[in-house]
Amino acid sequence: MATIVDIKEDIALKVKDFEFTYAGAPAPSIKKLNMPIAKNSITALIGPSGCGKTTLLRSFNRIHDLYPGNKYSGEILFHDRNILSPKEDLIGLRIQIGMIFQKPTAFPMSIFDNVAYGMKLQGIKNKTELADRVEKALQDAAIWKEVKDRLKHDANGLSGGQQQRLCIARAIAVEPEVLLFDEPTSALDPISTTGIEELVVELKERVSIIIVTHNMQQAARVSDYTGFMYLGELIELGNTEELFVNPREKLTEEYITGKFG
Amino acid sequence: MMTHTQKRKLINNIVMALSTLSALIGIGFLFWILGVLIYNGVDALNMNIFTLEGAPPGYAQSGLKHALIGQLYLVGIATVIGVPLGILAGTYLSEYGQKSRLAETIRDISDIMMSAPSIVIGAFVYAIVVAPMGHFSGWAGSIALTIIMLPVILRTTDDMLQLVPSTLREAAFALGAPKYKVILQVVYRGAKAGILTGILLGIARVGGETAPLLFTSFNDNFLNTDMMEPMASLTVTMYNYATSPYDDWQKLGWAAAFILSMFILGLNIIGRIIIMKRKGR
Ligand SMILES: Nc1ncnc2c1ncn2[C@@H]1O[C@H](COP(=O)(O)OP(=O)(O)OP(=O)(O)O)[C@@H](O)[C@H]1O
Ligand SMILES: [Mg+2]
Repeated sequence: MATIVDIKEDIALKVKDFEFTYAGAPAPSIKKLNMPIAKNSITALIGPSGCGKTTLLRSFNRIHDLYPGNKYSGEILFHDRNILSPKEDLIGLRIQIGMIFQKPTAFPMSIFDNVAYGMKLQGIKNKTELADRVEKALQDAAIWKEVKDRLKHDANGLSGGQQQRLCIARAIAVEPEVLLFDEPTSALDPISTTGIEELVVELKERVSIIIVTHNMQQAARVSDYTGFMYLGELIELGNTEELFVNPREKLTEEYITGKFG
Repeated sequence: MMTHTQKRKLINNIVMALSTLSALIGIGFLFWILGVLIYNGVDALNMNIFTLEGAPPGYAQSGLKHALIGQLYLVGIATVIGVPLGILAGTYLSEYGQKSRLAETIRDISDIMMSAPSIVIGAFVYAIVVAPMGHFSGWAGSIALTIIMLPVILRTTDDMLQLVPSTLREAAFALGAPKYKVILQVVYRGAKAGILTGILLGIARVGGETAPLLFTSFNDNFLNTDMMEPMASLTVTMYNYATSPYDDWQKLGWAAAFILSMFILGLNIIGRIIIMKRKGR
């Protein structure tokens, strides 16, 4: 059984006995995993390559469902409902739980249209409302100053770091409750990385954040809670400081001291 | 005695000389064809070509208006039918069928169709359209051209859509987009240039077809815009005029060849430019 610290905050998401098997895979990639996610906090997921961090993260917005044949069981509770239920409204779920990918995913359209995309999907047509909310999202994503004079330009003309912040703006424009980040800075330079980290920390005022990272310093810098995963299981979930200074599980200690991984 | 290095250098030089020579021969023929075409074609061009219809040999006043308009009808209608069908089918393959048995079978069949001799497709349309109707018609011609164009557009659409990274699709889904909006608003946009190129190449491919039209739309020496009747095309007209013994008809044949080549060359160049611009980004 995993060692799981008590969470002081409210719970945003609760994973219960979750098991996930990819289509055609002989064994599950996530095994009977239990884990609470604190509200308005940052939870980092760390662990060696292939331990299932991405698999777990992508379960929270059911993006796995795009590919047929994956099997899962157990529950993920969000507002007291099990989002793994076949009846779950996936479009509504994905509006509430947004996702930022490892590589920036700017759509082939203008900067403005990128940020407005999610809002337009929700049927917001009013031009001034759209313009206001696009500006606000870009400001919140700390990129407004750089792009305000070229909102009509193709988003693919931005640098990698700018595109990643644009993607964050696009995600927060629809005001989600949870944001999922899968190694959002691994394709970026150090300065852009610092920018994104600061941004993530600011965002927790409004959203609950889960961030997968390979970089333990990053986890230590930004997160409130850290979960260490190994071979598809959660080994330990602790307060970030405690977990890095004083891990309770031997495996965690070996991993953070670089004995393997 | 030659050293090993000398020998290698010699072989290298021989191979290089041979391949350069082959390339020059190929390019030489291309320019020869273009040269003869331009020399004879430009000579035969005049305003009458565009304003007058065909006439019996010996009439000074004759032109290609009937063939130009017939060509536009035949290719235009084939495009109007073939492009949406091809794009829809390509979209099915890439976004819905993916690697399923059905999708793979459709891909194989369309690859076979792409390499089928066009005269066979002409004969097929003759059997299913011309024979039951009892006569040649513009429709039969357009149907034959559609069948030839379809696999080109279908396969390029399929390929171009598959080149759009799956993370882009996932990002749109992650914002709560339904599948049809992901395809229409994100995937198509990402593949726009490629699909457009496919359409241009598809049109260029059928624009120069003669054999299937001989079996289907046949020919008409005068202007006809009734798709139920035989219809002139640049290619068949060119064939008839060029093989005739009359000087003035042969001249019209050259003019037809010139116009047709410029049209197809133009489409190909535009297609190339789009591809290059895309790569340049
Ligand atoms: N599409 C897939 N089909 C089958 N197996 C998969 C698939 N994606 C991942 N896996 C397997 O599931 C396990 C967990 O993979 P996952 O991508 O979640 O790891 P990760 O912790 O995110 O690793 P990394 O740090 O390298 O990103 C691995 O054993 C992997 O091989
Ligand atoms: Mg991963």
